[in-house]
Amino acid sequence: MFVKDVGDASYDEIVKIRGSDGIDRMGRVLDAGNELTVVQVLGSTSDLQADVALKFTGSTFKIPVSDQVLGRMFNGLYRPVDGLPPVYSEDLRETDGKPINPVARSQPNNFIQTGVSGIDTMLSLVRGQKLPIFSESGLPHNRLAAQIARQASVKGEKEEFALVFAAIGLKRDDASFFVDQFRNSGAIERSVVILNLAEDAAVERLLTPRIALTVAEYLAFDMQLHVLVILDDMTLYCEALREMSAAKEEVPGRAGYPGYLYSDLATIYERAGILKGRKGSLTQMPILTMPGGDIRHPIPDLTGYITEGQVFLDRDLYQRGVYPPINVLPSLSRLMRSGIGISRTREDHQDVADQLYDTYSRGVRARDLAKIVGQVGLNERERRFLEFSEVFEKRFVNQGDFESRSIEESLDRAWDLLKMVPETELVRIHEKFMEKYHPLHRAQKMVE
Amino acid sequence: MSTSQTGILSRVAGSVVVGSGITDIMMGEVVLVGREELVGEVVKVTEKSFTAQVYEYTGGIGPGGKIVATGKRLITELGPGLLNRIFDGVARDLELLFRERGSFIERGVKVNTLRRDLNWEFTAALAKGATVAPGDVLGTVQETPMVLHRILVPPGMEGTLKQIEETGNFKVDESVAIVSNRQGEHKLTLMQEWPVKIPRPFREGGRLGLDLPLITGQRVIDTFYPIAKGGAAAIPGGFGTGKTITLQQIAKWSDADVVVYTGCGERGNEMCDVLTEFPNLKDPRKGRPLLERTILLANTSNMPVAAREASIYMGVTIAEYYRDQGYDVALMMDSTSRWAEALREISGRLEELPVEQGYPAYLPDRVAEFYERAGRMEVMGRPKRTGSVTIIGAVSPPGGDFNEPLTIATLRYAGVFWALDPELAFSRHFPAINWLKSYSLYSGPLLSSFTQSWGSYSEYGKTSEWWREVSSGYEEYRSRALELLNDAAGIESIARVIGESALPDDQQLILLTAQLLREGFLRQSAFDTVDAYCEPQRQVLLLKMILDFNAQAIKLVKKKVPIDIIRELPQVPLIMRAKEHPGRTEHIASLMAESHKELEKIANSYGFTIKEGSDS
Ligand SMILES: Nc1ncnc2c1ncn2[C@@H]1O[C@H](COP(=O)(O)OP(=O)(O)O)[C@@H](O)[C@H]1O
Ligand SMILES: [Mg+2]
Repeated sequence: MFVKDVGDASYDEIVKIRGSDGIDRMGRVLDAGNELTVVQVLGSTSDLQADVALKFTGSTFKIPVSDQVLGRMFNGLYRPVDGLPPVYSEDLRETDGKPINPVARSQPNNFIQTGVSGIDTMLSLVRGQKLPIFSESGLPHNRLAAQIARQASVKGEKEEFALVFAAIGLKRDDASFFVDQFRNSGAIERSVVILNLAEDAAVERLLTPRIALTVAEYLAFDMQLHVLVILDDMTLYCEALREMSAAKEEVPGRAGYPGYLYSDLATIYERAGILKGRKGSLTQMPILTMPGGDIRHPIPDLTGYITEGQVFLDRDLYQRGVYPPINVLPSLSRLMRSGIGISRTREDHQDVADQLYDTYSRGVRARDLAKIVGQVGLNERERRFLEFSEVFEKRFVNQGDFESRSIEESLDRAWDLLKMVPETELVRIHEKFMEKYHPLHRAQKMVE
Repeated sequence: MSTSQTGILSRVAGSVVVGSGITDIMMGEVVLVGREELVGEVVKVTEKSFTAQVYEYTGGIGPGGKIVATGKRLITELGPGLLNRIFDGVARDLELLFRERGSFIERGVKVNTLRRDLNWEFTAALAKGATVAPGDVLGTVQETPMVLHRILVPPGMEGTLKQIEETGNFKVDESVAIVSNRQGEHKLTLMQEWPVKIPRPFREGGRLGLDLPLITGQRVIDTFYPIAKGGAAAIPGGFGTGKTITLQQIAKWSDADVVVYTGCGERGNEMCDVLTEFPNLKDPRKGRPLLERTILLANTSNMPVAAREASIYMGVTIAEYYRDQGYDVALMMDSTSRWAEALREISGRLEELPVEQGYPAYLPDRVAEFYERAGRMEVMGRPKRTGSVTIIGAVSPPGGDFNEPLTIATLRYAGVFWALDPELAFSRHFPAINWLKSYSLYSGPLLSSFTQSWGSYSEYGKTSEWWREVSSGYEEYRSRALELLNDAAGIESIARVIGESALPDDQQLILLTAQLLREGFLRQSAFDTVDAYCEPQRQVLLLKMILDFNAQAIKLVKKKVPIDIIRELPQVPLIMRAKEHPGRTEHIASLMAESHKELEKIANSYGFTIKEGSDS
């Protein structure tokens, strides 16, 4: 919306807009100029005529936060949708947040056991990490996220995660799925739900994740809680951003997304971490659906450049009946290394993970080869790798929705699989661990 | 430029503001915006108005607000107290910001780059009455136990030393000497200022050849695609392919005197990582904590975009300043793409005409100007000395596709290309530097000086003679290894169609050797306690071990020894593991002897011998 001769508007200021229909809307200033000011209307503009009353509030967008937010449910603009009154507090926070001083960060290194073998063993999540799920529509990313939210725990600690769930343009039944999950597991009391649904105005989606993170930062850094934030679906956020950018007639970048998509996403994803001298932590698990399943699409691409890894869900695996259909090869956890090892999980953890990656990738290659030359064309070694990859998917990656495996259990399972390939091929595992953990050596020791 | 003048804002749109009312404002002039005096820089001047990019968030500022032109360009402070510290994109001390303002970065906070409260012990190198010229070493300050800071006569200053403090403790802004010349008397302090967008001068015609290697301790780099001191390298790759870890590895282990590490538009946790790790890691040559030779610049992805531009110039200016002192400086830039994107974003807001993928037409020029600031040169002043700035820039191409404006522009100016390969990264082969697609324009001259640098080396009872002999074959090993890897790639693509078992034995041996090279030489974990840094002599020995094995095995295969017998040798996995063995060189030497013996045994059982000591 363009406004003439406003006088003293300022950049990013919040504007109250009353249309001739008498309905109040909110807007924010995108471009404050002497002659022309551009205001972005938050909410539907369909009934908005040229004759509107504007009130410039002189303040950027802020929301009240207090310990009363836990157990509450809001819409994408932070208005209650649970029948309770709005949050009252004098503590107003800017939803855009402020960058964390890198010096203030403390290195995330507390291993979160999700109970999911594929993640815990090969993509370990740590407190304070931002680890997205790269998925496609029709894949069970919501099931997986809910399972992680349900099962996530930190060794030796009783405290459970506080959950902040932001639905960004989700269908109502997808959003209800999460809320029901939280209810059933009793987590609802320690969750905050922010709902921007498919039928809500797209422009509100620009605020939804920021509101969620403002609340989460308050819970983590003021109330000292460990917070897990689920942002679902970031693709719809990006589409809303593209829509706004097009409306502003900005020069489009790749696939029509604005050139500043990276910086914009960073102001969301970088709001995760642990701060020195504070007990809480903010862990982010954004979910995005890759358009066309293409990891090179700008949304997953720019996300991967910002987040600390990615969990990649694969349609092919899902069609072969694997749940969760995690393809570990393009997946990654960048913070894994500092969270695992001798005093955190187990001394052989990293080596086992490295070896699984190597062996599985050779198995996948053998599978590709078999498609051309047939099983008979493979040599003995290739056949073993191929067999390994099948068993790896079925017995290791695959597990039940309500099956929670401890990390020791997952690692032992991994060793059981690795025994399928000749010992001489397991060169990514240090010899001392081979002796201690390889099932054959263990069996030998017992005989002795 | 004029002294400070105040104008009025007419438009604020994100990081770009428009003002008017200052007549002789200049491009590149620093402005202070709004009540909080946010720092910005003029990027466009027209008849009636001017446009500035602001290095901080501009929310709450609007038309009618004030804008002050300072009459100065964007500068940085240079002097003792840069090392062992971390700064943001406009060189504010982040530690101080944290202490004064807490965990989050507030806008409008002014803190100096150099601490004003610290005392430095200065020792004069010149005496009263000396004539001085730019670059002359006035005296020294032990900045950290690793680096002796040379206090230089700033560019543009010459005359006679009217006065100089012999020794004593000084703060950076206190006068230690007075130079008198025709213009009058000038106080010299431990610090100086420099406009960051202008390269610091060096001796005229003083550019030197790029024939000294920057030894990084990373095998695929040092042996295959080495970088020269004063050279420039580009490391492009999609996310997760290993750009950051590679830069960190070089920052940790290379034989530079000073390292400037710039995180530009990247992750906060990565900077935290460096801050956590570096104090606990020891420089392999000097045995001191690495942070003592390191300067960190952090402008993370969520910090204001305009400051990304500032940060890379800050970084290179600081690097040049230590070069001027006579040091070899390595500058890491992670990631130049974020800087290019900042240029694009500002250009978009200025409504300039984009050429390709939204980038302005001047992108290649900016890239060239930046990489031009690398080099090894004779620096200004006496005593005569040389210094270098090596630039290593990460590039983050969209979708990992190298066919894009920044990668293309960068490759035009960088002499080294480390091509990161997602396939390798997926199977966790790191560094995921593709050994067939990468190149180094410096490899010839560098390899010979690489081995010469330890020609007199002796260890584990081996004489330096022995080492000299081993290393003299180095260039040959390198080309032989590359040839094998190349052949293997060709054979592999055939194997993908007909299966490996259908290949003749000699080709299977090439595949086996390539596997030994990949696993036993090229792969190098940044996190292995033994292997994170691989000394040059270990690099050579590992390579020699694998190539000797190959040469001997060829003879067996020729005499019809089945390849499986060779493959099943217990030494094969040991060769792949040798790089991480704590016995290091000694272990490799004995494994070499052992595998030779085993191959010889096989030969004997087939009724022939492999000639002792034969190579190919
Ligand atoms: N040299 C290496 N040794 C071991 N692991 C590595 C190495 N390089 C990269 N990695 C692994 O790959 C991950 C991604 O590397 P990183 O350098 O952060 O990628 P990029 O900067 O290209 O996104 C790291 O978290 C680490 O697990
Ligand atoms: Mg990186």
